[in-house]
Amino acid sequence: MLELMNVSKRVGNQDHIRDVSLRFDKGSLNVLLGPTLSGKTSLMRLMAGLDKPTSGDIHFNGESVVGMPVQKRNVAMVYQQFINYPAMSVYENIASPMRVAGVDGETIDRKVREAAALMKLSEFLDRTPLNLSGGQQQRTALARALVKGADLVLLDEPLANLDYKLREELRVELPKIFAETGAVFVYATTEPHEALLLGGKTAALSEGRVSQFGSTIDVYNRPADLITAQTFSDPPMNIVPMTKSGAAFAFGGVSVAVSGELAGLADGAYKVAIRPHHLMLHAPSGETLAQETRVSTTEITGSESFIHVETEGLRWVALTHGVHRVEVGDKVPVYLDPRSFFVFDQQDRLVAAPSQDGLPHEDLASASAGHG
Amino acid sequence: MNKVQNNKAWFMVLPVLVIVALNAVVPLMTVVNYSVQDTFGNNVFFFEGTRWFSEVLASERFHGALGRQFSLTATILAIEIPLGVAIALAMPRSGFWASVCLVLMALPLLIPWNVVGAMWNIYALPDIGLLGYGLNWLGISYDYTQQPLAAWFTVILMDVWHWTSLVVLLAYAGLQSIDENYYRAAQIDGASRWAVFRYIQLPKMKHVLTIAILLRFMDSFMIYTEPFVLTGGGPGNSTTVLSIDLVKAALGEFNLGIASAMSIIYFLMTLLVCWLFYTITMQGEKS
Amino acid sequence: MAQITLDKLAHSYFPNPQGEADFALKEIDYVWEDGGAYALLGPSGCGKTTLLNIISGLLVPSRGRILFGEEDVTQYAPEQRNIAQVFQFPVIYDTMTVAQNLAFPLVNRKVPRDEIDKRVADMIKVLDLGDKANRKAQGLTADEKQKISLGRGLVRYDVNAILFDEPLTVIDPHLKWQLRTKLKELHHEFGHTMIYVTHDQTEALTFADKVVVMYEGEVVQIGTPEELFDEPAHTFVGYFIGSPGMNVVPCSVAGDRLQLGGQEIALPRRYAPLEGQVEMGVRPEFVKLSANGEGIPVSISTVEDIGRFKIVRALLEGRSFNAVLPEGAEIPAEASAVIDPTRIGIYHDSHLVRGEA
Repeated sequence: MLELMNVSKRVGNQDHIRDVSLRFDKGSLNVLLGPTLSGKTSLMRLMAGLDKPTSGDIHFNGESVVGMPVQKRNVAMVYQQFINYPAMSVYENIASPMRVAGVDGETIDRKVREAAALMKLSEFLDRTPLNLSGGQQQRTALARALVKGADLVLLDEPLANLDYKLREELRVELPKIFAETGAVFVYATTEPHEALLLGGKTAALSEGRVSQFGSTIDVYNRPADLITAQTFSDPPMNIVPMTKSGAAFAFGGVSVAVSGELAGLADGAYKVAIRPHHLMLHAPSGETLAQETRVSTTEITGSESFIHVETEGLRWVALTHGVHRVEVGDKVPVYLDPRSFFVFDQQDRLVAAPSQDGLPHEDLASASAGHG
Repeated sequence: MNKVQNNKAWFMVLPVLVIVALNAVVPLMTVVNYSVQDTFGNNVFFFEGTRWFSEVLASERFHGALGRQFSLTATILAIEIPLGVAIALAMPRSGFWASVCLVLMALPLLIPWNVVGAMWNIYALPDIGLLGYGLNWLGISYDYTQQPLAAWFTVILMDVWHWTSLVVLLAYAGLQSIDENYYRAAQIDGASRWAVFRYIQLPKMKHVLTIAILLRFMDSFMIYTEPFVLTGGGPGNSTTVLSIDLVKAALGEFNLGIASAMSIIYFLMTLLVCWLFYTITMQGEKS
Repeated sequence: MAQITLDKLAHSYFPNPQGEADFALKEIDYVWEDGGAYALLGPSGCGKTTLLNIISGLLVPSRGRILFGEEDVTQYAPEQRNIAQVFQFPVIYDTMTVAQNLAFPLVNRKVPRDEIDKRVADMIKVLDLGDKANRKAQGLTADEKQKISLGRGLVRYDVNAILFDEPLTVIDPHLKWQLRTKLKELHHEFGHTMIYVTHDQTEALTFADKVVVMYEGEVVQIGTPEELFDEPAHTFVGYFIGSPGMNVVPCSVAGDRLQLGGQEIALPRRYAPLEGQVEMGVRPEFVKLSANGEGIPVSISTVEDIGRFKIVRALLEGRSFNAVLPEGAEIPAEASAVIDPTRIGIYHDSHLVRGEA
């Protein structure tokens, strides 16, 4: 179990990590999600013992590990860049941590072949890393981390430099493989989509602070504040400044009746965030707020369309299934459905989130079948 | 990216610090000691304060040596830096010929100073040396043992031959670090050869050239062997630069106080110039 | 601006290629329309960079010609082709300000000073770099630098084409969005022919009007994003486009009947008898899960809830078979897959076969 207690890190006069407290259980998968420079790498370096925190304490299995050199700790780390020993074969690369630990030859051989089979490297064991593709090189680095039998495995955007499809495949395999080792598994990424695919728990980071930590899907469904919601949304959330009075939310002079949790909120100004796939281009059933917008760009992927619109000086994006053809400059109405409102107060704290069963959604197959 | 912080690293450096202390700091302290005292032999010393320093700083002899030293260093830098950069630019960037060029460039650097001196000494002799004889045959009167200008020219030639390679290698390393895409982008932007040099190559070479200039400045400011082997500082005083003058004072005239004061003044000058140069270059970087 | 014609183009890095396998780029014959937005999409080593280098003039193809408009430019050097290029890692002139960077290609071409000032001012506005115009380009963020690289191409109003070589690699996800939409807007506004090389399907599909999918040196399909999604011409396209990719499972087809997992599915088209490997492909989006035994039985291995939808990874006769279900959908424990027959593609030796209606 890895525990960070009020950990801060200052370098010069810059705060890299601000008062972070986290608890990662044995055998758990934990995602650090945040944009570049949000502190993911700094936090991992602290966890690994490569850096010392300016204040706070780090415990591993109940014992403080601050100041313990990284060599004495059983930590494995994989970086975004493919780091292997260029002069050694893939076999020796994978075997290297066990050679250092003085494991007997027979065990090494068995473990290397097991790891190689898992990572689909069996046929490349005799090659040197430079004769491999990027994906194979990164799999070699991962295999090495795997055989080390480390208590703590830190992966710093390990798939960022790989081809899209390869990333997709490894992303599915990695959590399964590492779950079996029983290590504390920490995975840093900039992509919300990747965090969701990995599952487990997620710590959302921004500017060196952990804005929320919890089960990945919960953090996604109930982001504690606006910054977490933004960190965990790709494409970005649509922000609508609204005023609530009585049982209605108003924007741009138009209002929509709300019920349940939303109706119970105090009257006043709120920031409402709506996920792109909940910004409707066709009126769904029930009460909605229709807003006239101007199309600024459209992007069509064949299965989905991203419609970027502008209204009242705000930029929104709607994501719909299927091909939705609109011309740039067209005036189109978009529909804001209160059932999909994330409501934040003026301090950016979440006060209401959509309930999971009441969400409006399109039927994927029928929406896609509508064209073509 | 922040660096690993580990106080134990200091222990690793300790042996080097001890060696540096023994071979640099201790002799330097002896010199400092001599520079403020006088002796009439028998190891009896008198404290003289700053007398030697004021004497040196006021002397004609020092002004002359200093003037010659600065013009020599300036000339050497003015030739070696542009020439080195030009050669580096002309060298092939990869392949067999790149290796051949690198080996050829490294050759002069492998030859000891006094060998270089002796080589050029003979090579430039007006009666039997190929260069000296050749020049005279062409109708150019050349004799470094008699003509101050010829001696001056020979010393510079020796240094350029010996040390331009260092600038070449440093500049070449700087050029190698430039990503191919920069050249492609410049090509697409329609940049001239000069624009590529001015806006891509020169900015990328800035750091290595700073180092090259510092090294060449320090080295040439301390130049000794070349003029010594060639003419011993002559003809007359024409190639008596600072270090030649210093050795004359210390070993020729056994003026220990004066010589020590001189060494300290030279040392401080080198340090000052290097510091100024480094600070100015690095300041441009920050703004 | 110009139409770009690839006339029986092929390239091999060997001086004397022996047969197909030696070609890094197999023969391609295609016309790129003036003002179109095209993407070259494929995994690393598929030949997309080779093709880009041929267009930019860095490589002379072993065979065939390349034409800009009516002009044969096959032997022209990059600077003679009047093109612009944005590289994977931003290329900027460190010592110059943002404005000087943008002015650079115009200064080199001896454009009059007042014209340069006007165009640079316009470009700074278009790129939203107003507050940074007089800053040194060195201290900017990666996305700003990439905008400048693009701007250096756009200020030359007359470029034949703008080439992009994986330009968003070093950009953060939330900024990728901004940059990508900016690119779309600029394409709309300026109407340059744009060619975008990437391995990222989302980037390719959202950017391009037409996507060129490449695989092992060969162009396997050229089409609009819809065409690639709805009717992949090759199982590779089905796999590569879409996330997760198309389900491809062996089956047998007789007339308009498809046999799969002990079940028979009626197809909307009839197929002539097929020899060799026959597979059916269907996108996970067109697979529904049923709890009442309707359809083909599958065993579910994992369910990934990714918020917007759920990916159900299952096995059908021991082969992986995925379904994508909407947000909030129920996953039955004993599931069977109901496949929309109009969405089934029949593949013969990996190539799409079109039946008769």
